Amino acid sequence: MSIEVRIPTILRPYTSGEKLVTAEGPTLEAVIKNLDVNHPGIGERVLDENGLRRFINIYVNDEDVRFLDGLATTIAENDSITILPAVAGG
Amino acid sequence: MRFDSLLDSVGHTPLVGLPRLSPSADVRLWAKLEDRNPTGSVKDRAALAMVIDAERKGVLSPGVTLLEPTSGNTGISLAMVAKQRGYQLVCVMPENTSAERAQLLAIWGARVIYSPAAGGSNEAVRVAKELAVKNPDWVMLYQYGNPANALAHYENTGPELLADLPSITHFVAGLGTTGTLMGVGRFFREHKPGVAIVAAEPRYGELVYGLRNLDEGFIPELYDETLLTTRFSVGPSDAVRRTRELLELEGIFAGVSTGAILHAALGIAAKAVAAGESADIAFIVCDGGWKYLSTGIYQGTLDQAEDALDGQLWA
Repeated sequence: MSIEVRIPTILRPYTSGEKLVTAEGPTLEAVIKNLDVNHPGIGERVLDENGLRRFINIYVNDEDVRFLDGLATTIAENDSITILPAVAGG
Repeated sequence: MRFDSLLDSVGHTPLVGLPRLSPSADVRLWAKLEDRNPTGSVKDRAALAMVIDAERKGVLSPGVTLLEPTSGNTGISLAMVAKQRGYQLVCVMPENTSAERAQLLAIWGARVIYSPAAGGSNEAVRVAKELAVKNPDWVMLYQYGNPANALAHYENTGPELLADLPSITHFVAGLGTTGTLMGVGRFFREHKPGVAIVAAEPRYGELVYGLRNLDEGFIPELYDETLLTTRFSVGPSDAVRRTRELLELEGIFAGVSTGAILHAALGIAAKAVAAGESADIAFIVCDGGWKYLSTGIYQGTLDQAEDALDGQLWA
């Protein structure tokens, strides 16, 4: 089962410039760990000791994972994951 | 309806049903027409509330210069309020915003200082904070952190919604300063706790996320995650598609951020239908489509519209 993960510009140095990469895992945390195996270093830019970094938002099928089960959010076939930095609106 | 002045007419906006976009008689959508405010956007509420609050605190002397980072609507609202109350206004606005916004700001007498496109509103906030330090006599009301912004929605938008739609189950709005969602969210938590508070967050083109490092990320000081039930990210394609559906099916000519909000509202409506639940879903029409005509998004294919919005701060 491979999941598409959209990578923001600021993290593309870890993915050789790729916008869209694939990773695997039954939960979001597993997917990020798998992502870090293929793109070493990206994991610690997304997570810190407390979990998801403050200025990082991750969406599974466009829904913010902080309102799902966070890193324990279940990931299924055909789900899409988007990583974005938190920016100002308004 | 009669009011003593234009400023007195802010708020009290109509809530209209959407018979064609609502999926069933049990799952209904309701649009709160904030484009009916004096400058045509929901931001009139926050702008007026912040100015009155500052006046009460004695912060504003006659002729003082206000300073505000804004992607447009708040600046336009503040320009109108400032003109009525006798203040000057300097807006810091990202350069990747629609031409109409700058024209409207000029019409209401505001001065615009542009911030770089890359980084979007983050940059506008940064530049405005620098200007505030350099010009200590200017007053920055600062919509992202000013409690009066959220309070306007706690005291007015929320009660208006509950009075017009006592059966409300969901409230959906855009996540910019977070003022609307925080104020309405707090109101419902206290007065009808079961109402789901749903944020629709615009997902811009890559230029807008062009931070130099992750520590430059920005979360408005007003934001309190515990007031939200959930939060959706909506891209420009879905936002434009829904903006057009709203026009085509219900006759409502709205800006693109409203399309993003409608997309989230329709997603919730579909879930309610699938679960066999009834729902009354109210959402915010932030502004009319007038300010976005030059972007070309109301005509041509969706792909063309999406291209036109790429790199723009469209919400």
